[in-house]
Amino acid sequence: MDIPNINILRSKKFTNKLLNSINNIINDIDRPVKFMHVCGTHEHTISKYGLRSILPSNIEIISGPGCPVCVCPAADIDKIIELAKKKDTIITTFGDMIRVPGTNISLAELKAKGADIRIIYGPNDAVKIAKENPKKEVIFFAIGFETTAPLIGYEIQSGPPSNFSVICAHKLIPAALELLISQSQLNLDGFISPGHVSAIIGLKPYNIFSQGYHIPNVITGFEPNDVLLAILLLLNEKKEKKYNVLNEYSRVVKPEGNLIAQEIISDVFDSISSPWRGIGRIYDGGLAIKEKYHEFDAEKKFEIEIEVSRDIPPGCSCHLIMIGKLKPNECKLFRKKCNPINPIGPCMISREGNCNIYYKYYKK
Amino acid sequence: MSEKESLKVIRLAHGAGGILQEELINFITQNISLKNINNGIGVGELDDGATIPLENYDKELIITSDGHTISPIFFPGGDLGQLSICGTVNDILMMGGKPIALTSCYIIEEGFELQKLDKIVNSFNKTAARANIAIIAGDTKVMPRGTLNEIIITTTGIGIRNKSIKIEDKNLKVGDKIILTGSIGDHGTALMATREGFDISTDLQSDIALLSPIIDSIKNEIQNNYVHSMKDPTRGGIAGALNDWAKKNNLSIHIEEEKIPIKRQVQAICDMLGLDPYNIACEGRALLAVDSNHSERILEKIKETKIGNEAEIIGVVKVDNPKNVLLKTIVGGTRYIDMPIGEPIPRIC
Ligand code: SF4
Repeated sequence: MDIPNINILRSKKFTNKLLNSINNIINDIDRPVKFMHVCGTHEHTISKYGLRSILPSNIEIISGPGCPVCVCPAADIDKIIELAKKKDTIITTFGDMIRVPGTNISLAELKAKGADIRIIYGPNDAVKIAKENPKKEVIFFAIGFETTAPLIGYEIQSGPPSNFSVICAHKLIPAALELLISQSQLNLDGFISPGHVSAIIGLKPYNIFSQGYHIPNVITGFEPNDVLLAILLLLNEKKEKKYNVLNEYSRVVKPEGNLIAQEIISDVFDSISSPWRGIGRIYDGGLAIKEKYHEFDAEKKFEIEIEVSRDIPPGCSCHLIMIGKLKPNECKLFRKKCNPINPIGPCMISREGNCNIYYKYYKK
Repeated sequence: MSEKESLKVIRLAHGAGGILQEELINFITQNISLKNINNGIGVGELDDGATIPLENYDKELIITSDGHTISPIFFPGGDLGQLSICGTVNDILMMGGKPIALTSCYIIEEGFELQKLDKIVNSFNKTAARANIAIIAGDTKVMPRGTLNEIIITTTGIGIRNKSIKIEDKNLKVGDKIILTGSIGDHGTALMATREGFDISTDLQSDIALLSPIIDSIKNEIQNNYVHSMKDPTRGGIAGALNDWAKKNNLSIHIEEEKIPIKRQVQAICDMLGLDPYNIACEGRALLAVDSNHSERILEKIKETKIGNEAEIIGVVKVDNPKNVLLKTIVGGTRYIDMPIGEPIPRIC
């Protein structure tokens, strides 16, 4: 196994240098700034290394809708639940997803009642299950951002067996960022953008933020010094009154992205206006399977009827947490009625969710 | 959280050394009418074991009880037999006692291969001989196929210590230094890597060990009560052990990430699986809370032993922020270390 060298990216010496420069620039800027990241893994890095505690108090880092499980709307879960109730049907999906409730019930609860719901590591496992169970319908509940879409696209292109189909609940990050910018109360000064997603889509989709909205953007890796370097770069843009798209994570992200993956996405999917849990419809915010592959689209293949869905349980503020308007500790239920053992909303259920991460690393 | 809600059914996490396990133990022990003998440490203290002070005598007995299961039963660096003895002996040692004898019960699944049993019994007996502990009684049960996973060994350990020794979980003092005797997470990570089918061509092995050499090296300091408390961070890892201390003593523990030995392979595997090495079990490490005036000397003595040569002072006991464990991270930030909630599960999505 290849063990990456993480020394510099976690070295305190380098951290101190970065902090020094950050402190100098923020003094020059002389007003509070607010940056947003949109990735559960970034929140993990920030919280796990206590970065907020070493940053100057006038730099605020808030967390956006970066948890793919959390943003999946209840309506999509309700659909997959209806399918799971059918005879001779196997539902496959990723781990955290099965615990998130739809309007009334989660896949995990349905599984406990006997439905055949299997946790898999990737869509290729789902196709394998379909091949092994030719008499059953195998449906993959596809969630995630641009990172997982090419994997499922590839399986669809490769001609899976006819008993395989997909509920496609994929979401696209750039559209969500655009929505967040338009939320005037947020007053964002810049984005710490997700490295994984950018490795697929490249830098171009972010251009609109610099050209259209004059907001700087740094594609960022996931080590503590990656994040601090990104903050320094954003501050520098602020100071110089520039708003470029910069690539801090160039060891992984190529400017053009992953062209093969992009080709798969555009061959298999159309981008559509898509609902995000608690946030609402986002124009170009999600993916749907193209007409030419409709035989693998579970929504076309089966008649699915669901009643009106409910995204946010009573009392839960996940919709505000996900767009950075509220912090987990500002929710009345946080740490009281809502905790990882008895979670109420998706942000506490998923390990990428903000409430879950806060529960682990912050006490107040 | 409401106890009723989370205890509707027993989940795996109820056995993982975190908050849920506390709830389960509470549920089981709350209605016991007699919880200790002669004011010794009893089940109410939830310590590594109990003490029975002997009347008219300056010694007390130490009793500990353990159930041992592990998957796979043969793992890199050890097996279930060795684990059962180490677990029992270490619990007695962590109370400052001298292990003298144990009893055991083998519960075996129908169909279990005799050859495997032979290996486990062999390693059980050999490890007991190394620990100089007698095996004085036992029992066996065979259960129908499918009612348990291969084999479970339960043990009851008996030790003895001077009544003057005050070591117990509740005995932390403000200013105490926390010593960790070696790298963390080796055991749990090696097991998880085996189960997840990682090819660890590296030499990552369980840290499983008898802690006797460490205890022997600081015998005098233990007799003089310079060692206030000891714990072996098994299930729940050092996060579980340190939080337990902080809670029971109504004090805080501040530790420094930089000082905590973590093997590179362990860190890499944990990063990959989205796990926190602080929550992962060790089977041959100890945490000691010691008088700060004697901490350097105790550290030096521990470092002279083979299993303790990487020992470090990792933190200090303070008054502020009672009941919490705070970590100064490698980049200089501060964050809390929480009591683990359940079994550490690899991140899937
Ligand atoms: S703490 Fe719980 S109830 Fe509150 S927003 Fe988070 S998930 Fe929802």
